Amino acid sequence: MAGIPHDHYEPKTGGERWLHKRLPVIGLLYDTIMIPTPKNLNWMWIWGIVLTFTLVLQIVTGIVLVMHYIPSTDAAFASVEHIMRDVNGGFMLRYLHSNGASLFFVAVYLHIFRNLYYGSYKEPREVTWIIGILMYLLMMGTAFMGYVLPWGQMSFWGATVITGLFGAIPFIGEPVQTWLLGGPAVGEYTLTRFFSLHYLMPMILAGLTIVHIWAFHTTGNNNPTGVEVRRTSKEDAQKDTLPFWPYFVIKDLFALAIILAVFFAIVGFMPNYLGHPDNYIEANPLVTPAHIVPEWYFLPFYAILRAFTAEVWVVQAASFITGGIIDAKFFGVLAMFGAIAVMALAPWLDTSSIRSGRYRPMFKWWFALFVVNFFVLMWAGAMPAEEPYATISLIASAYWFAYFLVILPLLGVFEKPLPRPATIEEDYAKHYSSATGGTSTVVNPAE
Amino acid sequence: MSHTDDQSGTRRDFLFYATGGAGAVVAGAAVWPLINQMNPSASVQALSSIRVDIDGVEPGTQLTVQWLGKPVFIRRRTQAEIDEANEVDVSTLPDPIARNANIDGTAPADDANRTVAPEGSDSEEWLVMMGVCTHLGCVPLGDGAGDFNGWFCPCHGSHYDTSGRIRRGPAPENLPVPVAAFDGETTIVLG
Amino acid sequence: MIRTLTLSFAIALGLSGAAAAAEGESKVIDYDFSFEGPFGTYDQFQLQRGLQVFTEICSACHGLKYVAFRTLGAEDGPGLPEEQVRAFAANYEVFDETLFDGEGDFRPAKPTDHFPESSLSNAPDLSLMAKARAGFHGPYGLGINQFIRGMGGAEYTASLLTGYTGNDKEEAGAILYENTAFPGGWIAMPPPLYGDDVVYADGTEATVEQASKDVAAFMMWTAEPKLAARKQAGFAGTLMLTLLAVLLYLTNKRIWAPHKRKVKHPAE
Repeated sequence: MAGIPHDHYEPKTGGERWLHKRLPVIGLLYDTIMIPTPKNLNWMWIWGIVLTFTLVLQIVTGIVLVMHYIPSTDAAFASVEHIMRDVNGGFMLRYLHSNGASLFFVAVYLHIFRNLYYGSYKEPREVTWIIGILMYLLMMGTAFMGYVLPWGQMSFWGATVITGLFGAIPFIGEPVQTWLLGGPAVGEYTLTRFFSLHYLMPMILAGLTIVHIWAFHTTGNNNPTGVEVRRTSKEDAQKDTLPFWPYFVIKDLFALAIILAVFFAIVGFMPNYLGHPDNYIEANPLVTPAHIVPEWYFLPFYAILRAFTAEVWVVQAASFITGGIIDAKFFGVLAMFGAIAVMALAPWLDTSSIRSGRYRPMFKWWFALFVVNFFVLMWAGAMPAEEPYATISLIASAYWFAYFLVILPLLGVFEKPLPRPATIEEDYAKHYSSATGGTSTVVNPAE
Repeated sequence: MSHTDDQSGTRRDFLFYATGGAGAVVAGAAVWPLINQMNPSASVQALSSIRVDIDGVEPGTQLTVQWLGKPVFIRRRTQAEIDEANEVDVSTLPDPIARNANIDGTAPADDANRTVAPEGSDSEEWLVMMGVCTHLGCVPLGDGAGDFNGWFCPCHGSHYDTSGRIRRGPAPENLPVPVAAFDGETTIVLG
Repeated sequence: MIRTLTLSFAIALGLSGAAAAAEGESKVIDYDFSFEGPFGTYDQFQLQRGLQVFTEICSACHGLKYVAFRTLGAEDGPGLPEEQVRAFAANYEVFDETLFDGEGDFRPAKPTDHFPESSLSNAPDLSLMAKARAGFHGPYGLGINQFIRGMGGAEYTASLLTGYTGNDKEEAGAILYENTAFPGGWIAMPPPLYGDDVVYADGTEATVEQASKDVAAFMMWTAEPKLAARKQAGFAGTLMLTLLAVLLYLTNKRIWAPHKRKVKHPAE
């Protein structure tokens, strides 16, 4: 296998040799867990472990919730109440699962921000990045379908609105929407298929996680400098890296324990903070809630969806050029999915030869604005569709696209990067030596 | 980063063991709820004890109630049935043990040992037992069925007498008497 | 760093729950309840009083279909003794389809049965009402109020019951009553409490505010009966994980120590 040169597993006992000849599974695990890891990784490199843990948490709590949940319009809401009231510890399992979704998205957004800042998506890690985007899309699908299962008012109307997006597709929209729902409107048939898919998609997610890890274990981790680990010899590589176990496992577990402590405090003391009160009202196809708002993690994209109304000139132009095929509704849908698509294309849109944002003085500011902009979008998505929120959404949406389509390509041309260290070893020595003056201005050292 | 090089090995080991131990405890605490959630829920447990109103049950009739997913026969027997049950020599029975969950497990299958009575009464009128044949779990027919005027299992022909004791057929044991007690004169609490 | 990141994230995300309540300025009074705060639990006597208010007044129209009578005996709930629970349940009739040879018939309710559904089609079921309403919002959709004061379901309920101004109007054939807490200001439910509507056995004076708070607390319990157990689990979990984090911090420091002192490089 390609990768950073390091010691591989050697079977020692007779039994190990016997197994290794037939199935080198111990070797696989050994190479995975002992993978040389850049020793200068900072605290933003913990989110992968957090995400892996959260996936396991969601699958495990999900499997046990399924033992009590009934996917039927008559019984779904009541069965969730049964879990909350009668099942041993059921309220905790359910709150862990519902808040676990939020933890999942907090971690994935921070993971993505880390990636965008340190240029982890760039050559040669494009495949890791694309798989990551696919996983993010799967996560969104899973979360959306999971939110339908309790069969509350937000479940029902969220499903109605989101599947309505597909109805906006010209010509084939309506049949596609009907096919998704299994009928003219959200109903029993929709609930059962969403239940099935909500169970299936995390399994695919788990599979993609392995591929994701495989991909970046092949290229090696990126690191805060963006400088690659030396592969010239094992000795050189060892100067730049430390094995994943125990150095990074323990570090990541420490971070995970802190995050979970906060998570448990939220689950224990304010489990409904991130939820919506209307979802404690059983679904009623005859009454729409006053404000249909998606869960917080969809808000930025919800804002982009709503930003492009018929008054916006871009929308009018698109409508004119396509002869009305692309109307405002469809444009909004395209913009929402396009927002993720342009992010997926970042490896090819970013023209800078420098990987890490640490050595890109102009990029830093644009990136900071991108993060702020993300929160602005999130906030605007939660507000009603009226002024001034509509204009704010539009400006923020425009920046999202401009960041990927204009700023990233141009920065590579105009920006004059700062000097980078030649090796990871050099950077590490600078940041972590006990001598004075080695403090970092960019990130906190790994402790 | 204030520690020194001559850190003793035992102290380092202790920290590692403490961390590993704490991790194991946390993991264990996380696993228990996953196991415990499969135990009967509060709504199921609430049904583990039920109260049966027997006010309207006349002598010579019986009531079948469902308890823990199984039928329970509650029969108010006539004097003739009680006498018939008492005439039997317990030692000749296929199963000479009372099989009554309310008394000692080795008590003989006297009719008095099979019945339940209100507090302060020694009436043998009330017979409460699981309506499940001890052979293969069918529900026996009642109201004087079978050769011994008690119950008869249609599946493989087991005959039970007026005290619910096995007399003939493949069933190995008497119909078991569940945990049951009177609360007042007209209510029987099962479980 | 992580902590601040995560916390600021969590606060920033509060906007979700804070789904704009722009329309209809509703006035919700931040009443004090015993179950607030990280260690607050239900006041058993208050729940019993609230049960009384519900039974004598609310239940005329509203149901409580997700609540089983047996739970009235819960230690961290109203805590009624077993005989009282049985007697209370027997006041209600439920339809039992196993009776009458499978045709079904009405019989007195048992502790294992649930409260009946709403008897009036436009009166919502109250089982989850305290979680289905948020009393606090914003400011500006940021969710900070909810973060600090809680969701405010019970406060909203109590404010609604005390919020009638006495004015009413007729609209489309229905009479609407002015209410300062109800979003929009006009509610279809007539004022249920006028003061001294019930006589509390424990001698508490049944003012409108008292009865409102009692029944609001009771409804919070019906919506979240496992509140005490949940807080306990949250506390134990947080404590254990914090302890583990401390140990992992020390272990991490110990493991990395040799690699952080080996390099004697006078940087810059």
